[in-house]
Amino acid sequence: MATQTISAPAPADGSAPLKVRRKSPLAWAKQHVLLAVTFVVFVFMLLPNAVILWMSFNQPDGKFNYTWNKFSLDAWKNPCSNSTMCHSIGLSLEIGVVATIIATILGTMISFAMVRHRFKARSGINALLFLPMAAPEVVMGATLAALFFNTIGPGAMGFWTITIAHVMFCISYVVVTVKSRLAGMDPTLERAAEDLYATPTQTFMKVTLPLVAPGIGAAALLAFAISIDDYIITVFTAGNSETFPMYIFGSVQRAYPAQIDVIGSLMLLGTMTVIAVSQILNQMRTSRKK
Amino acid sequence: MTTLTEAPAPVEERAPERKPRRNFTPWALLLPGLLWLTVFFLVPILTSVSASVQTGNYDDGFKLTWHFANYKDALTKFGPQYYHSLVYSLLTTVFCLALAYPVAYFIAFKGGRWKTLLMALVIVPSFTSFLIRTIAWKTILADNGSVVHALNDLHLLKITTALGWTVGNHVLASPAAVVCGMVYNFLPFTILPLYTSLEKIDPRLHEAGADLYCGPFQTWRRVTLPLSMPGVIGGTLLTFIPAVGDYINAQLLGNPNTTVVGQRIEDLFLRQSDGYPVGSAMSVVMMVGTLVIVMTYIWRAGTEDLL
Amino acid sequence: MSSHDVLGRTEGGDLRLVGLTKRYGSFTAVDDLSLTIPQGSFFALLGASGCGKTTTLRMISGLEDPTIGQIHLGDQEVTDLKPYRRPVNTVFQNYALFPHLDIYENVAFGLRRRGVKDVKTAVVDMLNLVELGHLAKRKPTQLSGGQQQRIALARALINQPQVLLLDEPLGALDLKLRRQMQIELKRIQTEVGLTFVHVTHDQEEAMTMADTIAVMNHGRIEQLGSPAELYENPATTFVANFLGQSNLIQAAVEGETDGVVTVSAHGQQLKLDAKRCRSTSGKIILGVRPEKVQIATDRADVPAGFNALTGGKVVDTSFIGVSTQYLVQMPSGEELSVFEQNTGRTIQRPGTEVVVYWDPSQGFGLEGTQDIEAGADADEEAAA
Repeated sequence: MATQTISAPAPADGSAPLKVRRKSPLAWAKQHVLLAVTFVVFVFMLLPNAVILWMSFNQPDGKFNYTWNKFSLDAWKNPCSNSTMCHSIGLSLEIGVVATIIATILGTMISFAMVRHRFKARSGINALLFLPMAAPEVVMGATLAALFFNTIGPGAMGFWTITIAHVMFCISYVVVTVKSRLAGMDPTLERAAEDLYATPTQTFMKVTLPLVAPGIGAAALLAFAISIDDYIITVFTAGNSETFPMYIFGSVQRAYPAQIDVIGSLMLLGTMTVIAVSQILNQMRTSRKK
Repeated sequence: MTTLTEAPAPVEERAPERKPRRNFTPWALLLPGLLWLTVFFLVPILTSVSASVQTGNYDDGFKLTWHFANYKDALTKFGPQYYHSLVYSLLTTVFCLALAYPVAYFIAFKGGRWKTLLMALVIVPSFTSFLIRTIAWKTILADNGSVVHALNDLHLLKITTALGWTVGNHVLASPAAVVCGMVYNFLPFTILPLYTSLEKIDPRLHEAGADLYCGPFQTWRRVTLPLSMPGVIGGTLLTFIPAVGDYINAQLLGNPNTTVVGQRIEDLFLRQSDGYPVGSAMSVVMMVGTLVIVMTYIWRAGTEDLL
Repeated sequence: MSSHDVLGRTEGGDLRLVGLTKRYGSFTAVDDLSLTIPQGSFFALLGASGCGKTTTLRMISGLEDPTIGQIHLGDQEVTDLKPYRRPVNTVFQNYALFPHLDIYENVAFGLRRRGVKDVKTAVVDMLNLVELGHLAKRKPTQLSGGQQQRIALARALINQPQVLLLDEPLGALDLKLRRQMQIELKRIQTEVGLTFVHVTHDQEEAMTMADTIAVMNHGRIEQLGSPAELYENPATTFVANFLGQSNLIQAAVEGETDGVVTVSAHGQQLKLDAKRCRSTSGKIILGVRPEKVQIATDRADVPAGFNALTGGKVVDTSFIGVSTQYLVQMPSGEELSVFEQNTGRTIQRPGTEVVVYWDPSQGFGLEGTQDIEAGADADEEAAA
């Protein structure tokens, strides 16, 4: 037989006892360089948020809350002591909601047309959708400002001009988000619904919409986040109105109260709470189903 | 044989072919959104091209006078601003890529069950307004803060000041602070696309590389990097394009010697009664300049067979 | 690069594993494994998923570090060599072809990394060996599973490794293609004369290709030998059940005379060849392969000297063309399988009372203390 030389469990041939192998310290360090870099970058990314939270408990010495003076809960107790700031937050929220609704509806309609229908001029439309994401914000803001100056005049600018601008740059983001969800959906599900006696309207309401809803929801959240945080385009289209980002920017020149840091902390803690709660609810729902 | 190949003439007229029904649904779906984009994006951009060769002021109105001297003004008067915009955005892109690649690589390949949490941590900071977060750097980099102290103790501040990156004994109000703020603001935009493309790479390809005589660096160079090029290109574009137009960081963390194009455009549009034509010319220059750089980059990246 | 010549070969290439152990925390994946695989042999590590066979392979390739133990290639110890410094190449389970490179560059990859300037002849030759020369410019995703498999093989073989490792190489292919590739792999191995170490959960695949099979279970080698040895004379119930099917019957030794062991099972006397018994005293397990067992309706039809068990009843009959498979229930409730070749004999209907009988020289005896079911469903688990 050709395989006679094969020996099962080798006999102890008197060689030195085998030791558990350990890695050298150098190899360990090499392996952890990546971890160290990642850690440092995360500190870099998260540090400002920590500073914001920290500074929200500060009683500033002077007009600007930039350096630590002494601990105080004043800013947390009266977040709206400065009514201009809270008005600007209200305006930002209003614009955010209206712009999100319009942009989500228009963007979702475009996504359905792009994914579910065949037509000419696709690449032109794609370019038109891509450009607002690629063009420098300052250019979009400046040119839009010029349009409004020339048509309705600077005096009429405010809530609606800002909203129009926000819808304009949010549509593209909505389309990108909803399109990816729609494209990932199995089209045979719709054929199956039709096969099971659903009219096109019923198919859309009972099958398509529920399946795409998470995509539309994500798109709406994205649009809202972009709108509420926008400064550059807003400043060009605002006229005499002042949104929250504009208020913050102005505060750097006037006075920077600790209340801004309170709002900044609340934005972070609020969103994180919402995410945590929705995660827990989700988990509870799935575990109950089981 | 010929009789077989000759098909008999059709005796009966075939039923007329049904013409495909023209479908208006897609257009009905597209129209409102596209109209919005056309009126509020495309038209303003195109009118600004015409505005860039007009003269006048807000009180008397503007006239199309083919005043190309606006371009001469836009290009010659604001040389430092173009230079700053270009240098800061290029530096930002390079730093972002250098920091984002190891982070995205770590999360994608070593993240394990922490992947989702780590990616959430990348996005979480953006829940707070980016302006407040940028202003927080005023506290971090403040003259009596620990960063400046540490740099002073290490005698690094003298070097950076000599190089012109910082000014005097301050880190704030310097080019270094501006770039730091920009890197901070755009880092997530580099990490996200990089992570997406790295995450798609089958880790077994790394093993195949190691099996075929690639050391760790060669495996990265020959296998990981080429496969992550879509993420590299996407990430750098998502950083560079908005960085060119950004003037928030220059405004908040810079000084009068770090002004960028955006600040001048805002100034010309909002605070000077006759600045509209020159401001438009600057916008056009900036747009075309960005487009040329981006196109060259994509074209180079595309034809070099992705390294 | 290390000090090998261009093709990375050194002389005298027996692969020796000495006391190889791999632990993940408290779990021991491979337990004190020692083994010598001679140069030029086709060796299979066979076992269910989680038995440690893939971990062993990965330790040989260098992708996994052993906790304890050594790996030798000829005179060289390679335990601490990084995978890219070992004259060992792998054909990965999912092929792991580089999607950004075309077929030509995939095959040329290893040579280029070792600084070979002129790779053209070698690559063309290798592509011809796997009969895919015409696909050189395609990308891996444009190839079928079988073609990808052959490219993965070519990509590893072109480096002329001392040992070629194959990790479930045919697992992703359909049955027909698998058969074809089994023959092809065997042909290529004979042609190039390299040591192949092949990991699989498919016993048929291992038996078709390998000269020697090591059956692994719980990180240890259960039995080592040629396919015929393992099949005809399994050492444990695990091997008996994992390699093909076996009828295993609890039995008690009554005595031994002239190399023939007499046992009692189901209240009847049966005989066994003492040379084929792992134990010849007390309780043992008597095993016999289903295809060696025959059935008769009449005790008188049983040839003289054959073992016979009476009182059985056919409970299931499956006619599958070349053979008929019966399930015969004994009075105790135990069931025996019988595969009868289709030689034109009458097919027995379920319910028929039958005698099962076999040549005593075809039975084997195992230690009686083992789990009689060991390995019986491991094959299906692994395939799932």
